[in-house]
Amino acid sequence: MAKLRVATTSLAGCFGCHMSLLDIDERLFELLKHIEFDRTPLTDIKHCGPCDIGLIEGGICNAENVEVLREFRRNCKILVAVGACAVTGGLPAQRNHLDLGACLTEVYLTEPGLAHGGIPNDPELPLPLDKVHPLHEVVKVDYFLPGCPPPADAFWQFLTDLVAGRTPELGHGLIKYD
Amino acid sequence: MSENTFNLDGSPVPFEPGQTVLQAALAADRYIPHLCYHPEFKPHGSCKVCTVKVGGRTAASCTFPAQAGLIIESNTEEMNALRRTLVQMLFAEGNHFCPSCEKSGNCLLQALGYDLGVTTAGFRHMFPDRPVDASHPDLWIDFNRCILCELCVRASCEVDGKCVFALSGRGITKNLVVNSPSGLLGDTDISPDDKAAHVCPVGAILPKRVGFAVPIGERRFDLSPISAQALADAPRSQTPAQPCSSCEGSE
Amino acid sequence: MQPSDTLDTILPLRPRRPESLLQVLRDIQEIHNHIPAGIDLAVADALDVPLARVRGVIGFYSFLSSEPQGRYRLLFSDNITDRMLGNQDLLQTLCGKLWLEPGKLSEDGLVSVDTTSCTGMCDQGPAMLANGRAITRLSHHRINEIAELVRSQTPVADWPVEFFRVDDQIRQSGPLLDCGPMAGEALEAALDRSPDGVIEQLNLSGLRGRGGAGFPTGRKWAACKEASADTRYVVCNADEGEPGTFKDRVLLTRHADLLFEGMTVCGLTVGAKLGFLYLRGEYRYLLEPLQQLLDKRRQAGLLGVNIRGQAGADFDIVIHLGAGAYVCGEESALIESLEGKRGIPRNRPPFPVTHGYLQKPTVVNNVETFCAAALVTLHGGDWFKGHGTAQSTGSKLLSVSGDCARPGIYEYPFGITVRQVLTDCGAANTLAVQVGGPSGTCIGPHEFDRRLCFEDLATAGAFMIFDDTRDMFEVAHNFTDFFAHESCGFCTPCRVGTSMLKGIMAKVAAGHGTRHELDEVEQLDKVLQQSAHCGLGHTACNPTLDMLKRFRPAFERRLKSLNFQPDFDLDGALARARAMTGRDDAGAHLRTEEA
Repeated sequence: MAKLRVATTSLAGCFGCHMSLLDIDERLFELLKHIEFDRTPLTDIKHCGPCDIGLIEGGICNAENVEVLREFRRNCKILVAVGACAVTGGLPAQRNHLDLGACLTEVYLTEPGLAHGGIPNDPELPLPLDKVHPLHEVVKVDYFLPGCPPPADAFWQFLTDLVAGRTPELGHGLIKYD
Repeated sequence: MSENTFNLDGSPVPFEPGQTVLQAALAADRYIPHLCYHPEFKPHGSCKVCTVKVGGRTAASCTFPAQAGLIIESNTEEMNALRRTLVQMLFAEGNHFCPSCEKSGNCLLQALGYDLGVTTAGFRHMFPDRPVDASHPDLWIDFNRCILCELCVRASCEVDGKCVFALSGRGITKNLVVNSPSGLLGDTDISPDDKAAHVCPVGAILPKRVGFAVPIGERRFDLSPISAQALADAPRSQTPAQPCSSCEGSE
Repeated sequence: MQPSDTLDTILPLRPRRPESLLQVLRDIQEIHNHIPAGIDLAVADALDVPLARVRGVIGFYSFLSSEPQGRYRLLFSDNITDRMLGNQDLLQTLCGKLWLEPGKLSEDGLVSVDTTSCTGMCDQGPAMLANGRAITRLSHHRINEIAELVRSQTPVADWPVEFFRVDDQIRQSGPLLDCGPMAGEALEAALDRSPDGVIEQLNLSGLRGRGGAGFPTGRKWAACKEASADTRYVVCNADEGEPGTFKDRVLLTRHADLLFEGMTVCGLTVGAKLGFLYLRGEYRYLLEPLQQLLDKRRQAGLLGVNIRGQAGADFDIVIHLGAGAYVCGEESALIESLEGKRGIPRNRPPFPVTHGYLQKPTVVNNVETFCAAALVTLHGGDWFKGHGTAQSTGSKLLSVSGDCARPGIYEYPFGITVRQVLTDCGAANTLAVQVGGPSGTCIGPHEFDRRLCFEDLATAGAFMIFDDTRDMFEVAHNFTDFFAHESCGFCTPCRVGTSMLKGIMAKVAAGHGTRHELDEVEQLDKVLQQSAHCGLGHTACNPTLDMLKRFRPAFERRLKSLNFQPDFDLDGALARARAMTGRDDAGAHLRTEEA
C-alpha cells in the first residue's frame, strides 16, 4: 500500500504537541513505514501539497494562521485539530475577554520599561484577529486529538488507528484536556 | 420481577419508596452518568446528564421517582450521545482552560468528558467575559469555570444554613451571585470549613494556596475513569437535609 | 420620591413575607424606573430573604433592572407580527430622532429604547410599552409625536389618550363572548349544586384546560379538593405570554366578572379561601379596572366573607403582577413567581393540585378555563358539550393576527378547520399558519383542512397568518430568538441550546450558513426534545423543526454549498488591528469566503 502523506504545522501553539509526537521515540520508525511527511517543521517544506492527513497544532490568532489553516484544509483529506489550543483556543484564547486594541496599547505603548516604539505595522507581520479561535470555528475539522500536549501514546494510538483505517478510539488515559 | 424493583439496562434494581431512579441505581452499585446530583442534597435535575429512557420517553433519572416495573435504558449509544452533547454544551458555554486549572484531574466535568469520549466542544465557544473573585482570604471563585449546577447554592442553604450563593440572570446570562452588599465572597460569612466551600464539581470555588499539590498521573481521574469511581464517591443514603424555607435551594 | 422613603410607602401595603418580594420590587421599579442601589438590601431585611436572592429575582425578570433605564423606557413589542407591520423601521426612526442606540440609555439619562417579547397587541400593532403602558398602532406619525413628547419631557400619563386605546376587536362571538354581565348567577348555581355537584357538571361537560395542555378541569378540581391539607389555593394564569395570543386580554377587559365568578366557584368547590390572578406585566394597564371590579364584587357580597350570605362561603382574590418572563406561563414556574421567587419550573411530580402555592393543593387554570367553568356551573354540563367535538367540548377563542383583512378575536366551536378561519378573517394567498404560537405548530397549505381541537391541532389560541410574500426563515428566526430570550436557564439543554440555535440562525441569516448548520440545528432540536426540563425547552425547537419539515427550502436557499464557513467575518476580525496599526496592505485583509 502506498504511504499516507502527512503534513503538520503549529499555528498559535508552542510546538509542545510536535515535541510530544516525537516522544513516540523509536515507534517513529514503525510509523514511517506507513507514512511520509509533506509540509512539517521536520522537513522544512514551506507549503502543503495534496495530503491524506493534516495535523494542526495551535489555535487561530492572526491572518497568517487563517491562510495556513485554509491551505491545509484545501490539501488534506483528513484534518486533525491537535492539542488544547487547536481544539479549544487554549492559552492564547484567554485574551478573548480583552479588547485587542487595549492589549496592543498596553503591550506596546503604556507598559513601563518598553521603548514605546509604537505598535508594529510592518506588512511582513501577520495582523492579529480580535479573538482567538479553535480550528473548528474557521474550517471543518474531521478529528480532534485533545491534550496539552496529547500524550505520545495518544499520538501513537490515533495515528496507527488512522493508518489502519480505524476510527480512532483513545480510551482512558489517552483522552486528556491538560 | 418482584414488587419493588425496576429494570435498568436489562437487569433488576431494587428500590425503597421515595427513592429516585438514580438514587436507587447508585445504592445498588449501578452507575448512571451524572453531574449536578450529589447524594447529600435533594436532587433538582438541572444538568440533565443523568437522562435515561423510561418506557420509551426520556427523563432525568436523578428526579424521576423509582416505580416498580419501570423499563429503563441508560447505557445506550443514544443516551450516551445525548450526554456527550450536554457535556460539550457546558464546555462551550464557559471558559474551561483545563491546562491552567488546578482542578484538572479532579474535575467531574472533565472526567465525564473523558469517559464519554468527548474530544471537542464541537459547537462555537461562547468565550463569555466573567470575573474572578479573590476577595476572600482562604477561598476564591473563578466564575469562568462555573457550570451553574447549584451545588454550592444547595450546600450553603441546606447544610451550612448561610445562603452565601444564589442565582441571577436567566437563559444564557444566568450567573452565580454572592450574598453580600458588595457581591464579593470576602464580605460574606462563608468559612473554608463550610460544605459549600468543598462541593464544587469543577474549578469554580477553590481553596487558596493548595493548588497543584498532586502530580499529574496521580490525580483522582488519572487513576481510573469516573464510571469506576462514582459508586465509591460519597455516602449513599441518609436523611435529606432540611431545606431552608426562604431560599432558592428550597425548590 | 427619595429612594430612602420608597419602602416606607410601599411596605405597609404588602404582607411582610418573602412571597411579597416580586411585588415589592415591581412597586419600586415603577416609582424609580429601576431598583436603586441600597434599596435591595433594605428589601432583603424587611422581607427576611437573603440579599443574593433579591438580586437574583431582579436579574430574572425583564421588567426589573438594577441599572437606571431612563425616565422614559420605551420597549417595542418584537413579535413576528410586529415585525411584519414594520416595527424595526419604527424603532430605528425613534432612536434616530432621540439620538440614541437601541438598548442603551441616552447620555442625559432621559430615555432608553429597546425591544420586548410580544405584548399581546398583535391585532393592532406594531405596539410598544411606554413605562409599562401599552401603546398600539404605531406609525411614523405616532413615533414623531412620541419623540416630541419625550423631548418635551411630558409625563407618560399626559400623553394623548388615543395612544393607549386597546380595542377588543371581537369578530365572531359564541357562547362565551355572548355571555352578559355576571353578577352572582354562577355563584348562586354553585351554592345550589354543592361542591360535588359542580365537579359532576364539569366532568359531564368534558371541559379541558384552555392553556393548551387540555387537562380535564373537573378532575383537576376534584384532585385539589380531595388532597389532604388545611389550606388550598386557586390561581388564575393570566400570564398570556405566548406570542400571538391576546384573547385573555379581551376576556380580562370585557368578561372579568365571569372570570372572577369562575375563580370564586372554584374556591367554593375545592375549599380554597384565597385566589390569585397572575396578571402578566404587559397588561399592567388592566390592574386598576380589575381591582375596581373586585371591590365592586366585595361590596355586592360576591367576594369576601359569607358570600351570598352563606356562612363559611369565604373567598377573596388578590392580583399579582408578573414582570416580564414568558416561562411563568408554565404553571409551576408561575407558582414560584407567586411565591416571590425566580420563575423556575418545578420538578413534577408532585403536581400543583397536591403541592402548589406554598406547597398547598392549588388549582391553576387559564382565564378562559375559569370563564368556561362558570358557564358550565350556570348552564350545566349537557349544555356545554352541545358545542365542539367528542374530545374537545365547548368553544375556543382564537387570537387571529398576521396577514388577513380582519385580525382580532374569533370564537368557534372546537373542531373548526384552519381553512374556515382563514376564510372568515379574510386571509388570501396564505403560505403558513402558526397555530398555538411559537411553541405550537406551523402548518402549510396542504394541512389547512386540519381541525383545531385536542384530537388534531391543539391550541391555546394563537393563530398567526403568513402570506406568500413572507419568508418562513424570518418567522423561525424571530421565534428562535424569542425562546433564547425567555429560557429560564435552569437546565443545560435549554440554557445553552436555545442560545446556540439563536447563534446558528443569525449565522444563516448573515449568509454564512452551510450544511454544517443544518446538521447542528437537527442535533440541537433532538437534545432539547430529549432532555429539556420543561415545556419551554421541549417546544423551543419547534420553530426550527417545523421550518425544516415544512418549509425546508426557506432554510436551504440561504445556505452556501460549502461544507463550512466561520460564523464571523474574518476580515472584520482584523479591523481592530488594522485601526491600531494603520495598515491597509493586502496582508492586512482576509477573504471571508474560501476560494
